[in-house]
Amino acid sequence: MNTQLFTYTLHLADNAVILGQRNSEWTGHGPVLEQDIAITNIALDLIGQARNLYQHAASLYNNFNQEEKDAVDFLIPRPWKSFGRELQEDDLAFLRDERQYLNILINELPKGDWAVTVLRQFFFSAFQYFQYSELQQSRDPQLAAIAEKSLKEVAYHLRWSGEWIIRLGDGTAESHRRIAEALEELWMFAGELFLPAPYEKKVTSAGFGADVSSYKDAWTEKVERVFGDARLAVPNKTWAQSGGKEGRHTEHLGYLLAEMQYLQRTYPNATW
Amino acid sequence: MVSEQDIWRILEEVKDPEVPVLSVVDLGIVRKVVTQDDHIDITITPTYSGCPAMDVISMDIRLKLLEKGFRNIQVRQSLSPAWTTDWMSEAGKQKLKAFGIAPPNPRQQFCNTDMFAEEAVQCPHCGSYHTRLVSQFGSTACKAMYQCGDCKEAFDYFKCH
Repeated sequence: MNTQLFTYTLHLADNAVILGQRNSEWTGHGPVLEQDIAITNIALDLIGQARNLYQHAASLYNNFNQEEKDAVDFLIPRPWKSFGRELQEDDLAFLRDERQYLNILINELPKGDWAVTVLRQFFFSAFQYFQYSELQQSRDPQLAAIAEKSLKEVAYHLRWSGEWIIRLGDGTAESHRRIAEALEELWMFAGELFLPAPYEKKVTSAGFGADVSSYKDAWTEKVERVFGDARLAVPNKTWAQSGGKEGRHTEHLGYLLAEMQYLQRTYPNATW
Repeated sequence: MVSEQDIWRILEEVKDPEVPVLSVVDLGIVRKVVTQDDHIDITITPTYSGCPAMDVISMDIRLKLLEKGFRNIQVRQSLSPAWTTDWMSEAGKQKLKAFGIAPPNPRQQFCNTDMFAEEAVQCPHCGSYHTRLVSQFGSTACKAMYQCGDCKEAFDYFKCH
C-alpha cells in the first residue's frame, strides 16, 4: 500500500504543479491587470499545494525499505541518484522525465485563449473541490491535512472560474463563440478525471484515496448548473482521451517540462 | 527558565513581512509554543499553501529569538487544523483597518462557492458600506481588491478564509 500511496501522492502533486505552471504563463499577459493577478494567484495556490504534496511524497519515499524503493524506482528521477542525499521536493518536480509525470492530460494542454484557460480551470477546480472534500477523511493524516488546507483555496478558484464561464457564455456573440469553441476542444479531456488509474483504485479501496465515482454526479451537476446560466449545452459525447495518469502524455508536456526544469537540469542543486 | 508567556510576548515583535502592521500572533498563525529548559519549540501554520512569506516568517522568528539570546530553537510547520481568518485577533483587525486594509468578515457568513455573491465590506477610509468588489484576488494571496462608491478610494480587503 505504501508504494501505491506514494504514486497517488505524486499524481495529485503533478496535477497541481502542471496547471500551476500553465497558469503562470499568463503572468504579465492577462487580459486586464486584475485578472492577470487573479490567474497568477491561482497558479501560486496550485504550486503551493504541489509543494506540500511533493514534500509528503519525498518523506514517504525516504522512509521506504529497499523492496518498496525498488517497486517505485521507475518514478524516481535518475539525476538524483548521484546526489548522495535524501530525496527532496525539488528533485521530484524538476528532475523527472515526461513519462514519469502522472498528471491528467487536460492540465498540460496549452493555455489557449482566456476561454480555454478559464474553462479548464473550472473543470479542474470543480473536480479538486470534491476530491479534496473527500480526501479530508483519508487514512493518511498528512494527505488529509493537505486536503483540508487546499480545499479553502480551491473554493475561491471554483467561484472565480464559474463566474467567468457565465460571463463569457452569457456575454457577447464573440465571447459566446470563444467559450463554445473552448468546450469543443476540451470536453474530450474532461472524461479522464473520472477514469481511475490502477494505483488510484487501490489507494481508494484501502481508505487512503478519494473515490472519483462517488462525486462524479456532484461534478456533473455543478457543470450543468453553471452551463445552464452560461447558455452552454453539456456535450453528449462520452469518449475520453486518457493515459496521463499512467505517464502517457500529449506532445505538449515535454515542452512545458523543458521550460520548467531548465535551471535545475542545467545547474543541478542550484539555490538562490 | 523562560516561560511560554515570555515567548508569546517576544513573538508579538515579529511582523508579517507583507502586512507589516500585523504581528504573527495577531495573524493567528502561531499555533503552539512549548518551552523545556532552554529549548523552544514553536509551531506555525501557513495562511495559504503557496504563501511565499512563510519561509521568511520562520526565519524572522528564529532571528528574533536569537537576538533575545536564545540558541536552542525549533520552528515547525503544521497544516491541520487549517488556518482561518477567524483566528485573527481583534487588535489585529483594528490595526489592519487603521493601516487602510479592510479586516476580514466572520468566515461563516461568506466563505462558500456561491457565484456572484455580494459581501458587505466596509471601506477602511470613510466607513461606507457602499463598496464594490474589483477582484477576488489581490496583491497577496490573502487579499481581494475593492473600491469604495462614496470616497472612491480603492482598497485591499483581507478576505475571509
